Amino acid sequence: MGKSIVDKIWEDHVVHKEEGKPDLLYIDLHLVHEVTSPQAFSGLRMKNRKVRRPDKTFATMDHNVPTINRHQVTDTVALNQMTTLEKNCAEFGVPLAGIDSPDQGIVHVIGPELGLTQPGKTIVCGDSHTSTHGAFGALAFGIGTSEVEHVLATQTLWQSKPQTLKLEINGKLAQGVTAKDVILYVLAKHGIKFGTGYVIEYCGDVIRDMSMEERMTICNMSIEGGARAGLVSPDETTISYIKGRKYAPSAEQFEVYAEKWKNYASDEDAEYDKIIEIDGNDIAPMVSWGTNPAMTAKVDAQIPTTDDYKTEIEKDSLKRALAYMGLEEGQRIEDIQIQHVFIGSCTNSRIEDIRSAAEVVKGKKVHPGVRALVVPGSQHVKKAAEEEGLDKIFVEAGFEWRDAGCSMCLSMNADVVPSGEHCASTSNRNFEGRQGSGARTHLVSPEMAAAAALNGHFVDVRKLFTVETV
Amino acid sequence: MSGFKEFEGKAVALDRANVDTDQIIPKQFLKRIEKTGFGKYLFYDWRYNADGQPNEEFELNKPENAGASILVANENFGCGSSREHAPWALLDYGFKVVIAPSFADIFKQNCLKNGILPIALDEAEVNTLLAKGKEKAFSLNINLEEQTVTDQDGFSAEFPISSYWKTMLVNGWDEIEITMQLDDKISAYEKQKEVAQ
Ligand code: SF4
Repeated sequence: MGKSIVDKIWEDHVVHKEEGKPDLLYIDLHLVHEVTSPQAFSGLRMKNRKVRRPDKTFATMDHNVPTINRHQVTDTVALNQMTTLEKNCAEFGVPLAGIDSPDQGIVHVIGPELGLTQPGKTIVCGDSHTSTHGAFGALAFGIGTSEVEHVLATQTLWQSKPQTLKLEINGKLAQGVTAKDVILYVLAKHGIKFGTGYVIEYCGDVIRDMSMEERMTICNMSIEGGARAGLVSPDETTISYIKGRKYAPSAEQFEVYAEKWKNYASDEDAEYDKIIEIDGNDIAPMVSWGTNPAMTAKVDAQIPTTDDYKTEIEKDSLKRALAYMGLEEGQRIEDIQIQHVFIGSCTNSRIEDIRSAAEVVKGKKVHPGVRALVVPGSQHVKKAAEEEGLDKIFVEAGFEWRDAGCSMCLSMNADVVPSGEHCASTSNRNFEGRQGSGARTHLVSPEMAAAAALNGHFVDVRKLFTVETV
Repeated sequence: MSGFKEFEGKAVALDRANVDTDQIIPKQFLKRIEKTGFGKYLFYDWRYNADGQPNEEFELNKPENAGASILVANENFGCGSSREHAPWALLDYGFKVVIAPSFADIFKQNCLKNGILPIALDEAEVNTLLAKGKEKAFSLNINLEEQTVTDQDGFSAEFPISSYWKTMLVNGWDEIEITMQLDDKISAYEKQKEVAQ
């Protein structure tokens, strides 16, 4: 029987095995940010413990950094978290891409961008979207602060081997259908629990044809389906993305590593605990209408009605969600009016995302009454976009062009959606209050967000492409 | 973390499914750098009205539910982010046990690591408790050694827990301490890996 990538990475990292206990797993890369680490560092200090491998640890600040006037943090508690991280990194010798570093950005954007994220690695971070790094064929998952402390102290974690789920997406995506739509479609179809207890391996033609950035968008939202990790077997696309990056293996050693990485790919005859097949041809641009990411519909469809659901729990959830969202059963998705647009977050803030949004925006104007923000995922992404002149396209259209950070994905900084207003957002969570108390979030792709900004309501981006090709 | 074997406590029923971590502890309270003091903010958006006054309709605010140490909720409790502030808030408020038909993975782990016992019971069993909670305040007896939940009215259910976590919770052990005893093995692993590269 062949092995899956999860089997291979797991076997490679077990430090200690004991009957009746989880395995003790070695961690190759530990990413740290300002929100979930202070209590872990103070735990170390209380017990006089050190960081075992500062060289396998890397920190940045992203969650509550301001995206304008970044040196004027008016929120004293946020400032306290940021300076605490600086102090902790200095005291424990952990490398930090701080507020002034050209490498600063959202932790899940900079890991891959700097070449820290590599196939076959075990990667953890005190953040549930660590699953993003799985795009590189790494086993990457979010951990809590107690575990952050445990990894800092021991470079290991006690983990039970998860089950594996093969999610195979074949067929061809229509023009205007993106990686974001693929994962939203999967969630709409299979719900927010289908991945609980599993690591998802994304396979099939659709995934193979994707760029690394698209794969990251998919893996990013594995957690929205309940899976702690999602990954893609490494291939040539993976290897050529890593080559030449700051922390990638040196040119002389690169081939040796590349060979090793390829061996992590799942064997043809690998066995899985569960298999789900998806037809890529059926996927359309998607828009979430409710208060969890599975409450999502195709842009040319309607919001469901209570008749569409069987159980009382489901009917009740629908009613609660629509009451919060200020929407009606059966309402057409394209009729939802929006007042805010957020292009950013670790799901969709990389250069390709910004390019494709700019493509839609080019030469047009933001609809009156819509406030639209572009927040690049990292300072490197920002710089690259500016070199291509993308910032000008957005600014001329009436968008705000910001510095890197999590920003309106969870609105821990000043970027907040006011209560009762609707936001077309390229982020990953539409929970109640996520973008501000009473804020109404709609998850969409960068193209869909850009088109919504221009029209003040959702529009089917496939139509834009059709017009262009005529 | 102090260990627990058996305890009796007041239970409060929160009949909602998919209670996510943003609801358990809204993100505006994540900026603290301590582990304590989060209890005040637990279920903040449900517990308080927009004007900051307590929402009297909310289950935790009913006088008969004051001092509850066991929370009973519906399926998929704790979904959402990996923030450990959620169990800290539950713990700081006074909850030692959460009972639901199912839990989100990370949340469950985070509870165990902080000494909160997440108990998964059958849907029917949870429904019995939820229905009971709607009528009156009630107590439950949690016996971790026997792995049972019982009450004076004859309710009795068994729950699963791995022997690993059972031992950890019963003894109130610190996981890092245990791992550090394996330091030789970790060093040996590191050495072997560095040679391989
Ligand atoms: S962008 Fe959003 S989801 Fe991603 S790490 Fe930041 S807050 Fe979390």
